[in-house]
Amino acid sequence: MTETRKTTYREALNEGLREALQQDERVFLMGEDVGHYGGCFAVSKGLLEEFGPERIRDTPLSESTFTGAGIGAALGGMRPIVEIMTVNFSLLALDQIMNNAATYLHMSGGLFNVPLVIRMATGGGKQLAAQHSHSLEGWYAHIPGIKVLCPATMEDARGMLWPALLDPDPVLIFEPAVLYPMEGTLPEKPTPVAIEGAKVLHQGKDLSLISYGSSLHKSLAAAEQLAGEGIAAEVIDLRCLRPLDDTTIIGSVSKTHRALIVDEGWRSGSLSAEISARIMEQAFYQLDAPVERVCSAEVPMPYAKHLEEAALPQVETIVATARRMLNG
Amino acid sequence: MSKQLTDLEHDLALLRQMLRIRRFEEKSAELYSAMKIRGFLHLYIGEEAVAVGVAEALGAEDAVVATYREHGHAMVRGMSMRAIMAEMYGKLDGCCRGRGGSMHLFGVKERLYGGNAIVGGGLPVAVGLALADKLQGNNRVTCCCFGEGAVAEGEFHESMNLAALWNLPVLFACENNLYAMGTALELSESVTNLTEKTAGYGVPSAAVDGMDVVAVEAAAKQAVATIRQSGGPYFLESRTYRFRAHSMFDPELYRSKDEVEQWKQRCPIENLKTQLQQQGWLDDAKWAALEKEVADEVADAVAFAEQSDWEPVEELTRFVYSDREG
Repeated sequence: MTETRKTTYREALNEGLREALQQDERVFLMGEDVGHYGGCFAVSKGLLEEFGPERIRDTPLSESTFTGAGIGAALGGMRPIVEIMTVNFSLLALDQIMNNAATYLHMSGGLFNVPLVIRMATGGGKQLAAQHSHSLEGWYAHIPGIKVLCPATMEDARGMLWPALLDPDPVLIFEPAVLYPMEGTLPEKPTPVAIEGAKVLHQGKDLSLISYGSSLHKSLAAAEQLAGEGIAAEVIDLRCLRPLDDTTIIGSVSKTHRALIVDEGWRSGSLSAEISARIMEQAFYQLDAPVERVCSAEVPMPYAKHLEEAALPQVETIVATARRMLNG
Repeated sequence: MSKQLTDLEHDLALLRQMLRIRRFEEKSAELYSAMKIRGFLHLYIGEEAVAVGVAEALGAEDAVVATYREHGHAMVRGMSMRAIMAEMYGKLDGCCRGRGGSMHLFGVKERLYGGNAIVGGGLPVAVGLALADKLQGNNRVTCCCFGEGAVAEGEFHESMNLAALWNLPVLFACENNLYAMGTALELSESVTNLTEKTAGYGVPSAAVDGMDVVAVEAAAKQAVATIRQSGGPYFLESRTYRFRAHSMFDPELYRSKDEVEQWKQRCPIENLKTQLQQQGWLDDAKWAALEKEVADEVADAVAFAEQSDWEPVEELTRFVYSDREG
């Protein structure tokens, strides 16, 4: 039995950052309030003291330029980690991410790859209203040329950063803000993780709950509740939103014959729509029921707690939908 | 006082470089009309003194980030006419295998980081390249070329601030041709003296006659010397003019023919040619020989592009991600 230790999602991320900074001199972190403040969500707390201001760089509120500077520094031989405070703010840097980071390699005919990692907080659940709470990682997963990760477990929170830094191309890591205080355990000596492929976290034969990020934990809670009702739900953690792991998704659906996608993004034109389409294309004749989705309500995220809760996917909705899919 | 022989030889080299860009682009316009080149084609004709002069201040180890009007910049960085022409033909032997076209020329040995077709989009990248140099202790300069239209973009101001704040060796080389596509500078800027803009960021600046290659070279050398000494950024505005339309789709409704004609009287190539003739350094035979040499090089580039292959369609999805690891 491997020895384990208690930690939080936030501390696991911090550990991943510290290890990366220790292992490679070329790695540095830059973003708003990553240094003296300790990180908006305290993810980079203590790193300035340990690694100094050359490697833990507080930036002005210039998302587009410090993201573009990350691209330039990556081209120039460094391994930058750019932190953008929240996904909503990343829209100010979208030109650099989309028009430069994602295109340089292809547009230059293979001459210039961009080994850049961009981290940002995503998602709702903290009553931060309509400019700090959206789940736009599905938008980013639309873009060829970048990889999109969403760690939902302690292992991935700690482990995804290093392989992302080894990757020769731009990698975006989305951290669901609601998970930062989540408690859990890590092995004393964690093993490396891969930044490709989904994982089946809970086996089941009756339906597949396909999810990621904070919705993954709601899906796991729903599976537990469903088990009490005699429904065996399989729970998939997508982990990597681009490229999607079709093999794991289709394999699971081919076993359970029912798929429910739980995605905090909006439904229209979304990642959940993409996954649903892939199931139709690759496993249509395996299905015993139509693919269903639990997504966020199509509204800008409201502030009031009861309204925000109503807007987000909830365990009860997942359970009710699953039950209906099984029992008609 | 007459110039030294070496100066005259150097001036002739500048003239030759400007003529290469001019004749190459004149041929490009022809080939565009002949449908050999498609997409957008932005000609640098009239502005050649800027790229040629600025390049003289840079070494092979320095980096250049340019805009979509960058055929000249690629050439002065040492890229062959062949590689550029084949790129505009969309052929495999183009510098980017025909994936970038006229607006996106990249070169590793030239340290040319594009060809950026988003106005202002190259400035943050240049800041990052300079940051990488600073962090690695490299004594190099990153030259970022952009038009005066970029001054209106937020990224200009953000980049100026960040480069100054972190003391990064960037030469911000502004090519002020007075029109952001078709919008005159006075219609888009509250302060039209661009050199005043960087004072608020503590970035030293200077303006130079962008129609005079010798003056641009001197100003750029001064700027780069300042950068190498201070380690920090510098803003150099070259005041120039585009003789041709913005792109091949531009009917030029926004400026008068008289204005264009007046600027053509200041043609950087004609002016330097006349000077060298007056100094007795350039006779008709020498000029004809230069024209022939350049014409041959252009013809060779066209022949090369014509016979180059197309990239196999099977390779369409190659280089979306790297083939290699690490």
